[in-house]
Amino acid sequence: MTNLRIPTPLRNYTGGKSEIQIIGHTVAEALDDLIAQYPDMRQHIFNEDGQLRPFINLFLGEDNVKDLKQGLDTPLDENQRLLLIPSIAGG
Amino acid sequence: MLPELSHSEILRYSRHLLIPEVGLEGQRKLKAASALIIGTGGLGSPVSLYLAAAGVGRIGLVDYDVVDFSNLQRQVIHGSSNLGELKVESARARMLDINPDIQIETFNQVFTSENAFQIARDYDIIIDGTDNFPTRYLTNDLCVLTGKPNVYGSIFRFDGQVSVFDARYGPCYRCLFPEPPPPGMVPSCAEGGVLGVLPGTIGSIQASEALKVLLGIGDPLIGRLLLYNALDMSFDFVKLKKNPKCKVCSPVPEITELIDYEEFCGVPAHDHDEGSAGAEWDITAQQLNEILKDGNDILLLDVREPHELEISQLDGAQVIPLGQLASRLSELDSADEMVVFCKSGTRSARALELLVSAGFRKAKNLKGGINAWAQDVDTSLPLY
Repeated sequence: MTNLRIPTPLRNYTGGKSEIQIIGHTVAEALDDLIAQYPDMRQHIFNEDGQLRPFINLFLGEDNVKDLKQGLDTPLDENQRLLLIPSIAGG
Repeated sequence: MLPELSHSEILRYSRHLLIPEVGLEGQRKLKAASALIIGTGGLGSPVSLYLAAAGVGRIGLVDYDVVDFSNLQRQVIHGSSNLGELKVESARARMLDINPDIQIETFNQVFTSENAFQIARDYDIIIDGTDNFPTRYLTNDLCVLTGKPNVYGSIFRFDGQVSVFDARYGPCYRCLFPEPPPPGMVPSCAEGGVLGVLPGTIGSIQASEALKVLLGIGDPLIGRLLLYNALDMSFDFVKLKKNPKCKVCSPVPEITELIDYEEFCGVPAHDHDEGSAGAEWDITAQQLNEILKDGNDILLLDVREPHELEISQLDGAQVIPLGQLASRLSELDSADEMVVFCKSGTRSARALELLVSAGFRKAKNLKGGINAWAQDVDTSLPLY
């Protein structure tokens, strides 16, 4: 079970929730569970090739999943935290 | 050779001089330093106020806009007495009131690829207080190409982000966000709103980071991103790494000069509501009023969020928030004459694009939104 922090711009698609629990042995599986729970999130996080959209970053703890050797196949331990970070531009 | 401080300056900055990490030498560094603040709005306000107070010797302000009534909820450098004034002049006056010993240069211009190098040339540090993606990418690329630090801050509703992008020592903005979101995906503050104090928090942190960089003290947010959420009261830090294939800051960059950023981002370089879907697809509030008075059957489609209806609404309108429209098209009939509206016409223009591409050819956009209706047809409705 992993906690996924949802940033404000995406909370419309998770019923307003700021944090949700997702299940998976790897980051990819956990994201599949996210989409299974909240299908509207798919178009906002993934492009048509199933890759994370370039303006969305996913961090596992402090590390960007893109920077990890195994990327989306990185195994997840209990109590790890995933953080979705989108582009925002307000000022 | 750092400038000396007068007795008056020593007294003014005594609380800085008492800190070992600043001291006399640090304050002299600040007096010799220069900072360019792009945007004198929500973020620019606290940055400008605190850098003036701190004694940064020369501060540049870039903003093309004038002070608007709805700015006062968060842009605390401006006041009611400044409505309609140039923002850079309003900010300048307030900063000089705080600290008449500093030099302020104002640039009442849109910050563009044509003027950015010249404006930024003589400044040590750039602070990104802008409110749109094109200018953020411009600021980043400018800083990478000229080897200057970029103190980044951004906000939306309750979320804030801060980092220091200095491509000489770490990642740049494009390492984190190689591309902007598609037009309309991330609402502006004008459309989505923002907690007024949020830019105060984020801008103050930006000012703190700028001072650390200028003083050469502490641990600036180079290679780190601060994520703040006011609602949860959370601060998170994540590590940022240089992207070895970054288009602008990698050893073999694709981008070696400033580009057309509005084209790159697909949106204009400002936060103002456009309110229009183009002449062919717009209908004005007066035109709509005439059609309704003639008894014509028109579906009014309100694509705002439910909580906005408490502020103002049009009788008989069907409500489908923009974010849900794609999945609720079956509730609409493409044979119906339809006018789509939102607050100011921006979201409804995007809704219209979606509707037209789904075959709803009889739809029009209410230019200027319900605000235009409140202004031109029914003044009993408030503007917001």
